[in-house]
Amino acid sequence: MPNAKFKIFRGDRLKGELVDYEVPIAPGMVVLDALHYIQAHHAPDLAVRWNCKAGKCGSCSAEVNGRPRLTCKTRMDALPLEAPITVQPMRTFPVIKDLVTDVSWNYAVNRKIPPFTPGPNVKWKMDQRDVDRVQEFRKCIECFLCQDVCHVLRDHDKGEQFGGPRFFVRIAGLEMHPLDSLSRTHLLKDELGIGLCNITKCCTEVCPEDIHITDNAIIPLKERVVDHYYDPVMWFLRKLRGKRE
Amino acid sequence: MNEKFETHEHDVLIIGAGGAGLRAAIAALGQGARVAVVCKSLLGKAHTVMAEGGIAAAMANVDPADDWRTHFRDTMRGGKFLNNWRMAQIHAQEAPERVTELEQWGALFDRTRDGEILQRAFGGHTFKRLCHVGDRTGLEMIRTLQDRGVHLGIDVYMECAITRLLKDETRVVGALGYWRETGRFVVFKAKSVVIATGGIGKAWRITSNSWEYTGDGMALAYEAGAELMDMEFVQFHPTGMVWPPGVQGILVTEAVRGEGGVLRNKDGERFMERYDPEKMELSTRDVVARAIYTEAKEGRGTEHGGAYLDISHKPAEYVKRKLPSMYHQFRELADVDITQGPMEVGPTCHYMMGGIRVEAESAQTSVPGLFAAGEAAAGLHGSNRLGGNSLSDLLVFGRRAGQAASEHANQAGPLNIDAQQVEEGARAMLESFEKPTGESPYELHRDLQETMHSYVGIFRNEPDLKKGLEELQTLKERAARVRVEGSRLFNPGWHLAQDLKSMLIVSEAVAMSALERQESRGAHSRIDYPDYAETWGKQNNIIQREAQQMKLKQLPIAEMPEELKQIVEGDK
Repeated sequence: MPNAKFKIFRGDRLKGELVDYEVPIAPGMVVLDALHYIQAHHAPDLAVRWNCKAGKCGSCSAEVNGRPRLTCKTRMDALPLEAPITVQPMRTFPVIKDLVTDVSWNYAVNRKIPPFTPGPNVKWKMDQRDVDRVQEFRKCIECFLCQDVCHVLRDHDKGEQFGGPRFFVRIAGLEMHPLDSLSRTHLLKDELGIGLCNITKCCTEVCPEDIHITDNAIIPLKERVVDHYYDPVMWFLRKLRGKRE
Repeated sequence: MNEKFETHEHDVLIIGAGGAGLRAAIAALGQGARVAVVCKSLLGKAHTVMAEGGIAAAMANVDPADDWRTHFRDTMRGGKFLNNWRMAQIHAQEAPERVTELEQWGALFDRTRDGEILQRAFGGHTFKRLCHVGDRTGLEMIRTLQDRGVHLGIDVYMECAITRLLKDETRVVGALGYWRETGRFVVFKAKSVVIATGGIGKAWRITSNSWEYTGDGMALAYEAGAELMDMEFVQFHPTGMVWPPGVQGILVTEAVRGEGGVLRNKDGERFMERYDPEKMELSTRDVVARAIYTEAKEGRGTEHGGAYLDISHKPAEYVKRKLPSMYHQFRELADVDITQGPMEVGPTCHYMMGGIRVEAESAQTSVPGLFAAGEAAAGLHGSNRLGGNSLSDLLVFGRRAGQAASEHANQAGPLNIDAQQVEEGARAMLESFEKPTGESPYELHRDLQETMHSYVGIFRNEPDLKKGLEELQTLKERAARVRVEGSRLFNPGWHLAQDLKSMLIVSEAVAMSALERQESRGAHSRIDYPDYAETWGKQNNIIQREAQQMKLKQLPIAEMPEELKQIVEGDK
């Protein structure tokens, strides 16, 4: 088999460039295999994050030919090999070195979210159908590709006012948990800026876990916020039931 | 002191942020300790995330006859009675409570029709016992623990690696490490240290383990004077992917067999009939791994040297619902639709039964101030671990280690960090930069993996093991000549050079113990000693450092109390 040509970003926060490498192709090879080959043969200090190499940990995110992907699941035989394959770090986050970016902002956002809070005297029984809905959200492997592609973060740099798709998915998982008793609509509206999302579905398209981020998480959460703040009937019912904030 | 080095002070320092480390952190926090967790990767990426099949706990939701006694008996039988029986007892008794607790912290398990936690069958378990979330149970567990821990206020030092434990006279009082991002050194001062660093699979060529699994914790403990136990028992999981080459070793969950998957050789024969006609595909892992290996070796393997594992007789929708990540893994990485045809599978280095010797109740090692839990600790699983018992192990003994570490911290008194140890440790880490020429860490790693695979693999014999030990000596000499290029800024070659030191220590311990144990038991199969030996059933191999040398001795296993004996000998 012929060699594949790569152009890989080498550099840090201050400067960097695309560097050419060549890698022999093996059957079934993925881009992460090629990066490991380059480390072992050409560039021992090439910085790459990875762990499971099986699409389960969400560590090896990068932009392959400009598209946010898990490199461990990006097959070389699915890419055009006439031109070099470019591999660059996720653009939304500050580069640390080469393909490794500073994703600490995500961990800071996560800390703002109140945890699962069961009501008093809960009976720990749940129907599989109710669980199914939430399990979809809990498939998230925190690869942060949805955060990377989201134009509110990527182009408009609204990290201060906006939580991003990953954390809407996390909140959806808590809000729709059959036994959770807390409402997080205030947080969604005021601190995590869910209103800034104009449902272009870019996040859903890049999700390696096929989570229907927009349809199943963001839109229902937007509806909750609308119901909470702008629906007089819901406002009245809430006064009667007194759901906790 | 040590103003040169960034220093952090905590009551309890936990090394490793998988299930055991995070559960230990939550327990220690619960007792009011100031807790730090240090991990080589980002938080939430530890190997626990790869666990698929489930958590074994005798909840009796599906099979009402199940109870801790049966779980205890299964664990002891699976481990061929080499287990620390007290650990096996505590584990079986406490696992259900630990699962319930996870649910109360927000984990969402699959449900029974009555709305209880659903449990599935698994190899070696008498009853349906594994609480699960499809085939991504580990992800559910780590996310639940991670969110809980962060909410409670653990300090997490991510992408930070520990290279040396620091001692004050006889006790452990902290650790030296480096930030992967900047390469700068960092000192942790702590009254107790918990090792929860997982296993050693990266020393073998075909493995289901991630890059982190380099035996760091065991090597750190060994160098600090702690004992390593049962190091010869390395579990090869029967079913890893075998094709294409890049995915070789990636785990195929035992849940495929738990859900009814069958194994066949290239002639279409369901060969487990010849190895374990009673339990068939749900025999213990050691037996199934050897069966697949033997079929391939004797010419009945698949095109790529494995066996066929087939679940396609089940309805496609069922397979996709119960084994979603397997479905995607094969479709995306191997172009195989598992709802339509068989997978090709073969053994892959998966789990370390051996590790740091600890007290059953407290996870305390033989060195004061040092604790260990999870895969890094030895004892619970004996010579072979049952599937599902690792996740429960992490929860049960992670919690106990966290509690004991925080209690120890309360009584520890003032500590002294020895500047000389810090300086020495820092200097050792920089040596590989200073060489004008030398070995590539990547090449050395490849050769180590090849050595362990060829000479210390599934089937062993004396000439191979001796040859393996010789090769390891050569590799150690080469390791002293490793040269690293580039700067200290996020430099994987340099990081690997550090990890290699740990891998070489644990590899030698494995080979030495394997040579010594002249019998076959559980995961340790000696071609030259194919049977059980009664004497070896009554003793553990112990490795310890004495005068800079690796020394091996045997320790007798304590007599089991009468009431446990009765349980073990009871009906199947």
